[in-house]
Amino acid sequence: MYIKPYGDTLNDGAVQLSFSMPVTCSGRAKEAARQLVLKMGFAQCDIVHAHPLSDEFTFFVAYAKTAASIDFDRVEYVEALDEKSLSMDEVNAFIKAEFKRKLVVVGACTGFDAHTVGIDAIMNMKGYNHHFGLERYPMIEAFNLGAQVPNEKLVERARELRADAVLISQVVTQKDTHVQNLTRLIELAEADGLHSHCLMIVGGPRIGNKLARELGFDAGFGSGTYAEDVATFIVKKLKERQTAGPRRQQ
Amino acid sequence: MKAKLGLSKAKISQARRRAAGIAGPVREHIRRHTTVAVERATLRLLGADGANRDGVPVPNLVLEALRGRVGEGLSKHYISALLREGKSPVELNAALAEGFDIAQVPLLDQGRVAAKAAELVRELEARLRANITHRDARLKEFSPNAKSPMLYVIVATGNIHEDVKQARAAALQGADIVAVIRTTAQSLLDYVPYGATTEGFGGTYATQENFRIMRAALDEVSQSQRRYIRLVNYCSGLCMPEIAAMGALERLDMMLNDSMYGILFRDINMYRTFVDQNFSRMINAAADIVINTGEDNYLTTSDAVEKAHTVLASQFINERFALDAGMQPRLMGLGHAFEMDPAIKNGFLLELAQAQMAREIFPEHPLKYMPPTKFMTGDVFKGLAMNVLFNFASKATGQSIHLLGMLTEAIHTPHLQDRYLAIQNALYVMNSMADFADEVEFKRGGLIKRRAQQVLDESLTLLAEVERLGLFTAIAQGLFAEVKRPQDGGKGFDGVCEKAPGYWNPVEDWLECRLKIAG
Repeated sequence: MYIKPYGDTLNDGAVQLSFSMPVTCSGRAKEAARQLVLKMGFAQCDIVHAHPLSDEFTFFVAYAKTAASIDFDRVEYVEALDEKSLSMDEVNAFIKAEFKRKLVVVGACTGFDAHTVGIDAIMNMKGYNHHFGLERYPMIEAFNLGAQVPNEKLVERARELRADAVLISQVVTQKDTHVQNLTRLIELAEADGLHSHCLMIVGGPRIGNKLARELGFDAGFGSGTYAEDVATFIVKKLKERQTAGPRRQQ
Repeated sequence: MKAKLGLSKAKISQARRRAAGIAGPVREHIRRHTTVAVERATLRLLGADGANRDGVPVPNLVLEALRGRVGEGLSKHYISALLREGKSPVELNAALAEGFDIAQVPLLDQGRVAAKAAELVRELEARLRANITHRDARLKEFSPNAKSPMLYVIVATGNIHEDVKQARAAALQGADIVAVIRTTAQSLLDYVPYGATTEGFGGTYATQENFRIMRAALDEVSQSQRRYIRLVNYCSGLCMPEIAAMGALERLDMMLNDSMYGILFRDINMYRTFVDQNFSRMINAAADIVINTGEDNYLTTSDAVEKAHTVLASQFINERFALDAGMQPRLMGLGHAFEMDPAIKNGFLLELAQAQMAREIFPEHPLKYMPPTKFMTGDVFKGLAMNVLFNFASKATGQSIHLLGMLTEAIHTPHLQDRYLAIQNALYVMNSMADFADEVEFKRGGLIKRRAQQVLDESLTLLAEVERLGLFTAIAQGLFAEVKRPQDGGKGFDGVCEKAPGYWNPVEDWLECRLKIAG
């Protein structure tokens, strides 16, 4: 099934855009913005608003129509979780039944990242948006190491605490700094042998499962993730590992 | 602003007494200690600057050479070297950067050292006075164009020259305050990098050169716009006092500076932080720099409904530490934030109660109000709506420093047009309700009054508990922001040093005298 953006009629291809350009606001600037949108491949474009941001910058709001469409049936995407998440109680019951011990989860914002909003939402007792955090789970021992934890320290603490899973939050993604940091971390975890028995999971607003897997992590969770989503992945994956035997170093 | 909440004056006084009781024992610790950062800041204020070929700053070179003598104060060595070598600070800095070993310079007699120190301190005083005079003159000249609250934006490109373009654009659009975001990495560096930053991650370094570049740009746009545009940077982390020194020298107008933030959110050692924050606040006070405290951060980790009283308690504590550092209330930009879950029924009324309460309890303080961040999603349109309510709450309760919410919060550092949209939003809301605060009173026994009284009561209970435990233990037990920090843990503990009997610091002596701090 081919689909296009929907404005007010099926397949009208309506898209709203806004952007700034480094030119003085003028009729010519507006025309340049319109032509630029057409160059992007849009079939039709109206610049509905233009306003100077300074003497050298102009802001535009544009409505455009695209001829492009996508065959929805052929879009492939693998979610970190291929089924519905368990509830907090179900996670606890699952751990009791399958592991017969508490699972240890260690979380941190690593490298230079100081933004703890994400890791707190997943780990803190209170959780986020009425979804309790992992600290609230009776069968999970959760250790939130906080912000700016050096990668070395995180690996060391995870080993000491005999972690079953490590959660890394990365919020700052400017200039792909998170990719470099995550790459260093996964290299450390591999060298240390930690990753052979411990899940490495990364989360953040600009993090997807695809990127995380490419970097060598077990899963990646983006915005809109709650503690039970992460917990479900952890228990299911650990169970799978348990059944399949220890993961061999690749 | 007229008091509308009917808060008990006796309870407010009691809270202040408890804050004093909490700060007292910490004050004793502060008095008996110096830190590597305090010594480096002192050297900077006496003229130490520059860096060697490897980028090690001159104040750090002096410290490394004299590591074992921190407890006696490092200034006497620097001043002895100036005198013995017959050099100016600029010349001595150059020599130090080339490898001149200051440890080999014998100390001169204290009389000569003190006389030279007095001369250097007079130069320092003159420079700070010139900065204050300049700022006051511009503020007076441009006062017809001043806004209340002042609109505060951030620039965060990581390239100071790119930051300048964005700051200029924001100022033209109506921003009154520009904060140059500092790369988060800097808070844990035990030195201040040297020179201009052109490739930072998530911000630039706070360097003296970056301060100069942005100051010059904002002064230019201040003239063209007939509004004095204030410059902000971060006086926090392991180099808190040094950054205060640089900010004082380069006429920054505001600095983020919190008495406990580094401990709770950066895992910096508490003994280190308390000494550093005191010295940095003395410098800020002497330079007439408004501090912005960080209470908003409590609400990004904790719930804004349940933990509102921790914000108020921390405001009382921050106020007390600032008073102890000789700072007047007009320089205390106590922080708070609009961080209620937007799904809560009447959440806006709770926000209004909190903001009004802060205004009434801290009437002379330029309160700093932070926008929604925690519940901002990728939905920029919902975000814009939330920022309208935030702008409304701020104007309705007479806040002073209004950090504009960005519709793209939670997505990226602000794009050029994000700031424009935020400024337009605030100008519209605040103009259309200009005299709202004066028109409206709150219902007796209503939700807003009850909420404010409840938060004050809860903060009194918390302050009593902290006073009973002692602040060091209270932090260790996680009473603030639900973060536990061990007393001897955290970064920078090895940089704390007990003052030896012969400790001497001419800048500290001058600051205490100038700020009338009882010795």
